[in-house]
Amino acid sequence: MIQGRVVYVLWRREIIKYFRARSRIAGAIGMPAFMLIFQGMGFRRVEFPGLPESIGYFQYLVPGIIGMTLLFTAAYAGMSVIMDKQFGFLKEVMVTPASRVSIVLGMISGSATTSIIQALIIMMMSVLLGFRLPYLPAILSSVVIMVLISMIFINIGLILSSVLKDFHGFSTVINFIAFPLFLLSGALFPVSNLPAPLRILSYFDPLTYGVDALRGVLIGHCEFSIVLDVCILLTLSVLMVCASSYFFQRAETI
Amino acid sequence: MSAIIIKELTKKFGEFTAVDSVSFSVEPGELFGLLGPNGAGKTTILNMLTTLLLPTAGDAEIAGYDLRRDPGEVRNSIGIIFQDPSLDIGLTGRENLEFHAMMYNIGSDERKKRIREVLDVVGLADKADILVENYSGGMKRRLEIARGLIHYPKVLFLDEPTLGLDAQTRRSIWGHIRNLNRNYGTSVILTTHYMEEADYLCDRIAIIDHGKIIALDTPSGLKNCLRGDCVSLTIEGRVELIAAALGEKEWVKEIVPNGKTLDVILSDYGKNIPYIFQTAGNLGIGISSINFSKPSLEDVFLRLTGSIIREQEGSRQSARRDRMRRRMLR
Repeated sequence: MIQGRVVYVLWRREIIKYFRARSRIAGAIGMPAFMLIFQGMGFRRVEFPGLPESIGYFQYLVPGIIGMTLLFTAAYAGMSVIMDKQFGFLKEVMVTPASRVSIVLGMISGSATTSIIQALIIMMMSVLLGFRLPYLPAILSSVVIMVLISMIFINIGLILSSVLKDFHGFSTVINFIAFPLFLLSGALFPVSNLPAPLRILSYFDPLTYGVDALRGVLIGHCEFSIVLDVCILLTLSVLMVCASSYFFQRAETI
Repeated sequence: MSAIIIKELTKKFGEFTAVDSVSFSVEPGELFGLLGPNGAGKTTILNMLTTLLLPTAGDAEIAGYDLRRDPGEVRNSIGIIFQDPSLDIGLTGRENLEFHAMMYNIGSDERKKRIREVLDVVGLADKADILVENYSGGMKRRLEIARGLIHYPKVLFLDEPTLGLDAQTRRSIWGHIRNLNRNYGTSVILTTHYMEEADYLCDRIAIIDHGKIIALDTPSGLKNCLRGDCVSLTIEGRVELIAAALGEKEWVKEIVPNGKTLDVILSDYGKNIPYIFQTAGNLGIGISSINFSKPSLEDVFLRLTGSIIREQEGSRQSARRDRMRRRMLR
């Protein structure tokens, strides 16, 4: 049973806190921004197989860095659940009549919104650095893809947070998971350039399809097809929402 | 209908039995105390009654709803103020209240009215719009009490409401708890390991140790189960004479001579002390000084558990949280 009001409350709380914590915004944007500037500018003139000449490395890189921003900010959403657990707020939410599914959906929607705000900030920064933005319909479809990508990784974070109890454990594990996912996804280079064993591994990385779909709509170049990408992302995100609701329902909250 | 009926409630964590077949009931509008040392199982009982933990065995009914069959309705009827802080410190006091009220599906106009009302009750109206991280410990506690009230719960649980607060704040929190119990007719269950808190606030007290209820009565009833009031007399004259004379009175329970002094254990000292003087006067014996003491809950507890209550400020979890908070501030 989904209670819209509960979802809305938790969403609004996340947004209010996001805009109050300016340092959090700056910190979360820092890494992708540096990647964008140094990787993007430094390798501006490189050419390699799999990279169409008409596109150029910077154009190619921007959707990858947007995917990276989504991956890291979304996966760290579990951190705020750990905070709520440590500060006792989660317990207070759990004794209200709100249904568990609504609580999970509230957390997901809040974190998805903040991740997408981060991704859009990165997109705007890239425009300043010379990224050629497509027309509005393409930008709007990229937001839809961003929603799907962030859903998947938010839920990974939520599941982890239902199992783990402290900050240090959480950030260690999430880094251990997020970095390989980022590097395997083809955010920095085409996965077709990887040796076969790694390439096969990359097909199990949800972000591979996310980055590919983003490239498809933003720069009109993709390795698979947008339809395939979106189908995979949609299926995965639905599965992940179910999984995290399940984990959350049985998790010890005290 | 009772506010709470608990039947043989039991909780085991692995081999360890935290709560061992506890039964009691709480009447509507009653202020009921669970008194016991840390680790006695008080919080575990509360966690089960507030649906956060599933009981291993036994049943409970809260505001007429079965704990196992109807956890949603139970959550709708209760409020809880946890032992450890549970506010969102990144929000203002008003936002904390508003979000809580929305979780209980209280409409916008009603919400505004109730927020104003509960803020007045706890005296935080002028501090409502600052971030909770800037609140003092006592203000946070008061805000939590306000939050526990906003959905007009039929039963309010308070877990160690004044733990770690200074004497003055503790007094004012006691006042708030009494007022809300009287004004709203809310049944209140509170856990505490402070004797004077239980004594001052509660209509009835269950003393709990090692997961079991070892006594349940009104504070005065508990104290009466001890030997009674004690009057110490310093006698000028023959101690054994007055001891014998007093020993015949039916309100004297016990006489302990001790050199020149005489400890008389009696019931209702207020009424009977004049008779002591009368008896002494009749015998021509002088009393040069008199001292009396009423038994405290502390004495009751000592008698029942054979140990003094273990004093311990805050829990391990809250200590860990404090460390973490300090780290984050650096």
